[in-house]
Amino acid sequence: MYNRPRVIPCLLLQEQGLVKTTKFKNPNYLGDPINAVRIFNEKGVDELCLLDIGAAKSSGSPDFDYLKNIASEAFMPLSYGGGITELNQIKELFAIGFEKVIINSAINKDDSLLKKAVEYAGSQSVVASIDAKRELFGKYSCFIDGGNTKIKVSPAKLAKHYEESGAGEIIINSIDNDGMMQGYDIDLIRQVTESVNIPVVACGGAGGVPDLKLALEKGGAHAVSAGSMFVYFGRKKAVLINVPEESELYREGVYCDE
Amino acid sequence: MIAILDYGIGNLGSIKNMLNKIGAETVIADSIKEIEQADKLILPGVGSFDNGMRCLREKEFDKVIIEQVCDNKKPILGICLGMQMLGRKSEEGKEKGLDLIPFDNKRFSFADDGLKVPHMGWNYVDIINRENNLVKDIEEKQRYYFVHSYHAVCDSRENVLMTCDYGYEFAAAVINGNIYGTQFHPEKSHNFGMKLLENFSKEC
Repeated sequence: MYNRPRVIPCLLLQEQGLVKTTKFKNPNYLGDPINAVRIFNEKGVDELCLLDIGAAKSSGSPDFDYLKNIASEAFMPLSYGGGITELNQIKELFAIGFEKVIINSAINKDDSLLKKAVEYAGSQSVVASIDAKRELFGKYSCFIDGGNTKIKVSPAKLAKHYEESGAGEIIINSIDNDGMMQGYDIDLIRQVTESVNIPVVACGGAGGVPDLKLALEKGGAHAVSAGSMFVYFGRKKAVLINVPEESELYREGVYCDE
Repeated sequence: MIAILDYGIGNLGSIKNMLNKIGAETVIADSIKEIEQADKLILPGVGSFDNGMRCLREKEFDKVIIEQVCDNKKPILGICLGMQMLGRKSEEGKEKGLDLIPFDNKRFSFADDGLKVPHMGWNYVDIINRENNLVKDIEEKQRYYFVHSYHAVCDSRENVLMTCDYGYEFAAAVINGNIYGTQFHPEKSHNFGMKLLENFSKEC
């Protein structure tokens, strides 16, 4: 059988610009998101994840007109997160061409949002995102509001709770490893994949294709997402949208044909 | 003019986006009149089988679909749940389907639990009937994007247009004359899906 775990570029938006953070801080402006989306579309990537890290702060809502422009250029599965607080926004996102919504902060404040979203669109379209940080003694804690507010629950427990509430997928993001390009936090990923039966997307820290394989193999992730490795190129981290060739993903064992 | 049926569920935006890209004229149809005026129909759909059928019936789209497709021979393409509703029924619910193609929908079931349900992600398909215009000039081993927990089981191999392997072989696309259905999402499958929608708009 054919095994193609999804490799998902994760693009951060802020005020209609494409940015990349390090440890959830210092957003570095990279350029025009629409241009980047066009390139990812041409390269035929498996899926694209857009997170507006400014939406919650600036308008308190997704920037629908802008997102509509992006969706009209992207003929692949598209997910969006950032500033989603109510069901009407979720409906609007589906109407303009996104088929997955990613929620994080809002579901911790309003438990019913996740259930309402699942009722409306089905589990497969609702992704719960968990931002986690390493603590002492191999423990992890979860954060909302872009890494600013700590909530008292472990990533494994939170993931289980989201699964029971109907989420179809979990994205687990390591705040410590974000933007470092030194590999995923495999322990964190494994804690989450072992606690749920729904697909888990690993995010945070990938520097190259071998890291993707580790998250799948050692972490048990079902899909892998990354930011830096798709927008920075070479040792000096020049800004360049780049996607590993399919042949490389096969060679490194990320994809395989049995 | 291709009518994309709007009965309250489904990702209409992305289907319209792709059809616009290939230059097809489209209308998001939320009235019977718009469906009657169109040359071709696309039946999208996400969510549960029963909810989909109930929403269709509430708008009385079921009757007009059957009339337009059976009497007026308009081509129709069902996508994902839209495809499943072309069959008789589904293990997912109790509602009757449109019964336009002889198949039932069954849930994926595997001997070992190594495989996740839903089947979500990209997979290759094999084309069973190469003569069909929907798959005209589509090369072997193209990949398409799937998200589903149920799949069609056709009474006859004649109604299977494409197959895919997830634990076992299942029908990835079904056919019955002017009635077409794809379990995968062509509108989310890059140029592979674009070719198929282009065929539907120009060749079917």
